[in-house]
Amino acid sequence: MSTLNVNGRQHAIDADPGTPILWALRDSLGMTGTKFGCGAALCGACTVHLDGQAIRSCVTPISAAEGKKIRTIEATTDGSDKVGAAVHAAWVKHDVAQCGYCQSGQIMSATAFLKSLPKGKKPTAAEIDSAMAGNICRCGTYARIRAAVADAAKSLA
Amino acid sequence: MLPNFDTLEMPRALQALLERDAADDITLALPRRSFLKLAGAGGLALGAYPLLAGAQAPAAAGLKPTQQPSAFVQIAPNGEVTVTINRLEFGQGVQTGLPMILAEELDADWSLVRSRHGSSDPAYADPLFGLHMTGGSNSIKNSYTQYRELGARARAMLLSAAAARWNFDVATLRTQAGQVIAADGRKLGYGALAEAAMAMPVPEQVTLKNPKDFRLIGRATTRLDALAKSSGRQDFGIDTRLPGQLTAVVAHPPVFGARLRSVDDSAARAIKGVKAVLRIPVDRGGEGVAVVADGYWPARQGREALKLEWDTSAVERVDSEKLLAQYRELATKPGQRAFDADMAPLATAPRQLEAEFVFPYLAHAPMEPLNCTVSLGKDGAELWVGTQCPGLDAAAAAGVLGLKPEQVKMQVQMAGGGFGRRFVGSSDYVVEACQVAKAARAAGLAVPIRTLWSREDDIKGGYYRPMHLHRARIGFDERGNVLAWDHVVVGQSILTGTVFESFQVKNGIDATATEGLRDPYPLPMRLTVHHPKVNVPVLWWRSVGSTHTAYVMETLLDEIARATKQDPVAYRLRLIGDKHPRHRAALQLAVEKSGYGKRQLPAGRAWGVAVHESFSTVVAYVVEASVKDGQPVLNRVTAGVHCNLAVNPRSIEAQVQGAALMGMSMCLPGAAITLKDGLVEQSNFGDFAVPRITDMPQIAVHVVPSAEPPTGMGEPGLPPLAPAFANAIARLTGKPLRELPFKLA
Repeated sequence: MSTLNVNGRQHAIDADPGTPILWALRDSLGMTGTKFGCGAALCGACTVHLDGQAIRSCVTPISAAEGKKIRTIEATTDGSDKVGAAVHAAWVKHDVAQCGYCQSGQIMSATAFLKSLPKGKKPTAAEIDSAMAGNICRCGTYARIRAAVADAAKSLA
Repeated sequence: MLPNFDTLEMPRALQALLERDAADDITLALPRRSFLKLAGAGGLALGAYPLLAGAQAPAAAGLKPTQQPSAFVQIAPNGEVTVTINRLEFGQGVQTGLPMILAEELDADWSLVRSRHGSSDPAYADPLFGLHMTGGSNSIKNSYTQYRELGARARAMLLSAAAARWNFDVATLRTQAGQVIAADGRKLGYGALAEAAMAMPVPEQVTLKNPKDFRLIGRATTRLDALAKSSGRQDFGIDTRLPGQLTAVVAHPPVFGARLRSVDDSAARAIKGVKAVLRIPVDRGGEGVAVVADGYWPARQGREALKLEWDTSAVERVDSEKLLAQYRELATKPGQRAFDADMAPLATAPRQLEAEFVFPYLAHAPMEPLNCTVSLGKDGAELWVGTQCPGLDAAAAAGVLGLKPEQVKMQVQMAGGGFGRRFVGSSDYVVEACQVAKAARAAGLAVPIRTLWSREDDIKGGYYRPMHLHRARIGFDERGNVLAWDHVVVGQSILTGTVFESFQVKNGIDATATEGLRDPYPLPMRLTVHHPKVNVPVLWWRSVGSTHTAYVMETLLDEIARATKQDPVAYRLRLIGDKHPRHRAALQLAVEKSGYGKRQLPAGRAWGVAVHESFSTVVAYVVEASVKDGQPVLNRVTAGVHCNLAVNPRSIEAQVQGAALMGMSMCLPGAAITLKDGLVEQSNFGDFAVPRITDMPQIAVHVVPSAEPPTGMGEPGLPPLAPAFANAIARLTGKPLRELPFKLA
């Protein structure tokens, strides 16, 4: 039995400690906002925050999250997180999503990136591309992702 | 993601299929007059309001199920209008576009409009094709008038209800933003009128708006699913969770169609959470082993613990390098003749060009891995699946499960991309999920089972855009006039062996292999086609045949323009002539907006141009590209689009941006599926390249204004991108690029 702290709540998980966080979230806790894309840390669809760092939950075992705090898309976009709320609002404003499947991961990467910036710093276009390069969108929404990240950064500055 | 079907022939050809499906006999479906049946939104419980179906007068006899507003419009007492879409939403924006069209004629308050997917009810068949399907960029094109009329009928019924309520002449009433308004200024919301409106006769004839009066159509509109898709709240097929549900992962044969020699599942069964290990039939006569567990992870662990020996002796083990050599050989042999022209001028033409093009197999790789959840009941089955063709899949599922098609209920789920992979003649992943459910039930597991593919299963699982070889011999004069063009195409037929064969494969030629060749250019072309049989499952990939034919046509014409020192835009416009005004308009718009011919590019950059019609829409690209560290770089793209009326310009922009990038994806190093000794060599996004944000060019999309009925936008943005990119690089290097992905010597 492992204990996971997800979005501020403690959950007992009856799963092998090697189980990736992704499947603990999705199959054990029923939190399906975090998506399965590749299972190999290649596409970023499963991105969550572990103690504030963006990680690929599909390859990170629950044993690595013991005593740490996981934040998922659900809590990042529910209004309780200022940066997450700004990213969420920019995503809607720019109508980023097409199929939408990768967007949880995109938003989690964008939020972690903006949180990592020094206060008041606006990212350059190259910095945005670099921060988002680990997240694949097969629909090709990248132009709007760029615009939304820049806009969210502006609204937070 | 479908060929350009002949709209006259397709309904006839599908007749047999539909009769087999007994779709006409389906009566379970929706109550025909559930107009008021509540959306269940806004906190109102569905059960709190009775379905009034039985209490109503019969529907207008002259109307088909696809024309009855009750199956498409629900108005809740709070005024929320829920529009049911007859298509799969998988990114293309139809979930917003179709409600916009209906809401326009309904005069709905857009802020109260919602959307949902349809079921297997015949009401949700494509009005032209008679089959519930999404493909061929047909959704808006084929349902534009349908959804306008549905909205107009519902509006007429609301007006009649208000006229009766107030005892006014209906002619004195008008509607605006979800309200009926009388001459004296009194108003009633649609929510208050909906119940009474249901009792009104459904008018057969309705007058539609003049497009100049449109308020919603043509307005850049945010997607209805934008909020849910920006917060993790949007559910997809993979998120289906039913009580007691288990997850299955299937070990597929390493070579397509191979069978099992031996299975040792002792280690797999010992894994905690594994409930069953089942030997099942899989696609193409093969066998597989399903590991069923209480979650994906234990199922996957179980699969990895299987010790399997495969018998590949009876199946062809394809090697793509050797296959290419065979295709080269085949291209020199007589084949099927698609069309003909006098080839005598080839011998005497002052200028000659001979070219060979090679295109690899390509995987669709939608972001949501393939999955299908099956619940088997006593008298039927229910399937939750993101599919482009629930009608076909239901019939296939029924076949596997020993049920009648009407006993299979399809719950169409939002899909995380598809690009053609969710419209499969063999219904491969749906059939597999049904085989798993059937075997599980036989093993005593009477619970819903979600069969879920890993990314490796997806990349290795076949149904690729077929590998193709093109060969062209062209004779032309110093002005670039083509005197004779001898063209050969070699590639597997997509449609042979599917239900579409009878009307899309003629004289041994699959129309999906040749679409996009020659037109709109009046070229004296002779076209020979070879369709070898190869043990690799193939399928349409976003824009189908035009993924390769547009590349061949648009790069070869550019070569002729370069060889005869002509401007590639002027050359194309001269060839196109005045018979194709939409091509001219799209190309001229892209040229004008890009600054081509007016603006000097920085050193090391070059212009590239291409124009192509697919699925009735013309897209032209003018691009700027360069070479950096030996790799081609796409810097800037300007699109000129002619799709007639632009229903949702915001969505059109998104589709062009996305299709352009997918077109560009064909050029990326590593964008190829190859086989060695029968095994697919790629397995995930690490070795099958897809574009990342760093590959995205600057892109501007411009649409030619038009009020003509709209044509599709899901696919047409793809075909001209790669040739425009290649043409720019060829101008920099002086060498044509005749192989995808690009290989700079």
